[in-house]
Amino acid sequence: MSTTEAAKPRTRREAKAALGPYGRVQQAVDELDDRIGVAKGGRVFLDKIFPDHWSFMLGEIALYSFIVLLATGVFLTLYFVPSQTTVVYHGVYRPLDGVHMSQAYLSTVNLSFSVRSGLLMRQMHHWSADIFIASIVVHMARIFFTGAFRKPRELNWTIGITLLILAILNGFIGYSLPDDLVSGTGLRIAYSILLSIPFVGSYLASFLWGGNFPGHIIIERFYIIHVLIIPLVILGLLGAHLGLLVRQKHTQFPGKGRTEHNVVGTPMFPTFMAKTTGFMLMVGGGIGLLAGLAQINPIWQFGPYTDASKISYAVQPDWYMGFLDGALRIMPSWEWSAWGHTVPWEVLFPAVIFPGLLFNLCFAWPFLERHFTKDNELHNLLDRPRNRPKRTAAGAAVFALVFTLFAASSTDVLANFFHVSLNVTLWFFRISVFVVPVIVGFAAWRICLEMQGVHGIGKRKRALIVSRSEAGEYTAVPSEPRPGDDHHELEAEPVPRTIELEPVAVGGGPRTGTSPDGDDAGVRRVNR
Amino acid sequence: MTDWRKGTRLVDINGRPVHKDDIQPGGLLTVYPAGLQHTDNGQAIDQTVLIRVQSTKLVTQKGRETWGPTGYVAYSKMCTHLGCPVGLYEQELELLVCPCHQSMFNVRDGAVPQFGPAPRPLPQLPLAIDDQGYLVAQSGYDQAVGPGFWERTSQGNGPGSTQT
Repeated sequence: MSTTEAAKPRTRREAKAALGPYGRVQQAVDELDDRIGVAKGGRVFLDKIFPDHWSFMLGEIALYSFIVLLATGVFLTLYFVPSQTTVVYHGVYRPLDGVHMSQAYLSTVNLSFSVRSGLLMRQMHHWSADIFIASIVVHMARIFFTGAFRKPRELNWTIGITLLILAILNGFIGYSLPDDLVSGTGLRIAYSILLSIPFVGSYLASFLWGGNFPGHIIIERFYIIHVLIIPLVILGLLGAHLGLLVRQKHTQFPGKGRTEHNVVGTPMFPTFMAKTTGFMLMVGGGIGLLAGLAQINPIWQFGPYTDASKISYAVQPDWYMGFLDGALRIMPSWEWSAWGHTVPWEVLFPAVIFPGLLFNLCFAWPFLERHFTKDNELHNLLDRPRNRPKRTAAGAAVFALVFTLFAASSTDVLANFFHVSLNVTLWFFRISVFVVPVIVGFAAWRICLEMQGVHGIGKRKRALIVSRSEAGEYTAVPSEPRPGDDHHELEAEPVPRTIELEPVAVGGGPRTGTSPDGDDAGVRRVNR
Repeated sequence: MTDWRKGTRLVDINGRPVHKDDIQPGGLLTVYPAGLQHTDNGQAIDQTVLIRVQSTKLVTQKGRETWGPTGYVAYSKMCTHLGCPVGLYEQELELLVCPCHQSMFNVRDGAVPQFGPAPRPLPQLPLAIDDQGYLVAQSGYDQAVGPGFWERTSQGNGPGSTQT
């Protein structure tokens, strides 16, 4: 026995030595490379350079909340029953005992109360949906205000806007699935919005609902759209979004050693991968905390949609539909009726034409800007928002408009809270929706111009050394400049020098070295 | 098309017919055509709000002289804006308020929109009292109930009709 035990490690060590420095991992990768050739693509992927700036994390939040959405969504499909068949509830939640409700509602209540960790999963799904769309919007704002959408990245901007629209659409559809009183009323409104479209409205609504509202199939149809069709399209577009990101490489803020023709940052492996994995776990953990601590969409309190005549005060949709709800509230009642036809402008304009204009403006912006600035150059260096006052003002104005509409979706709650009449609240928003964007846009434009005029803006401030002479005179002398005072926040974080990577020619040109200026270990600069 | 016809009794959600002495002035009840309170159509487009405004006959508009016996008036509960149930009643001002987008309808004047985005009055259901003292419909609605749509004519598509 003792001889075999002593011999074994020696054999292993020998076997390990025979495998080379990277051991079995290298062997496995070699085997794989022999068969499908992973080395070339893997090198491009692992060598992908990520410039370091906090604002570049926003898109990652969207990506990781989408992963949480997929994971929790799969869990929910195991228990949710997409059916409008009426059943009577006799479950653990006593207040609903004996109440008629749809299978969809019943299974959602059971999922929340009778399935282990079901409520947590439902709330994680709902929270991550809200965070998904919010992070897309903030990510989009970053892209917009820094000019990252400019040539050559117009296509990726277009894909991003499409993803935003799909996310909003799927959020609304998913919100409708539990068939509770609030979401049922939301569906009623959606049906009426479709009806408002001239020529085709009635046909569209009947086509989608399989007849008149509410019908018996809309939950089933929405279910398959929500869990299969739109997620597949989102996944495909997400792949294209990230594929283009690798192909076109990241943009970067101007700074030491950064030009239009290189990209400076940390490589995918090992630095960025370690960081982003941690960040993914943080996003997941944050959503888990929210879902565990903050109640969201308590459908058992709303009741089922079987009694469609009920609905009460303070009915607000999820946040991303707020701007449409607000627009519907403040629109005057301008219905046209003539020659045997009706055009309900009070619905058509705020709920169909306005979002159409808004998203088409988003799609068209890169091309509009190129047209008006006659700037047909390739741009890999980002703009500071202050250096593009007109664009910044336009973006700020549009965001102000959408935010004002969002606030207008709570007219009833605001009127109640501030003890003012609904009429006053409504007129306040009817005026604000025109005034606020103008004021915000103008203020943004002025602030940009003011910031451009500030001496040494964007540079780290130096301490002043104040001393008093014998005569009682005070003098202020700036302290000595420190290394990294210029654009320090733009530089990649150094990683330990112990990680040595062999230089390999990839990505459209030879790499110029692991540390361009000799002082930022682990930061790489590659040509585009 | 709603299910209201000449002589249809008004019942509550439990199917109980409404007697003329059931509701005090200022009271309100959601009613359906008898027997249809749990049907899709009953829930989606027939739902009607019954209000007793006063104890004597109420004339809301010219041409509706007989529609409001003993102070009862009935309006379609589907908002003419987006079809939400007009479920809030401001008793002192006698206003029906839609909880979704805050359209307000004046109950005494034929539910004419007084405020908010709703473009049209709520259609009024002509009421009568049968020989047993129960509330019945004199006829169906004289126009399409609910939100506007392309095929809606300015006359409202005639008696009892609705969208599609």
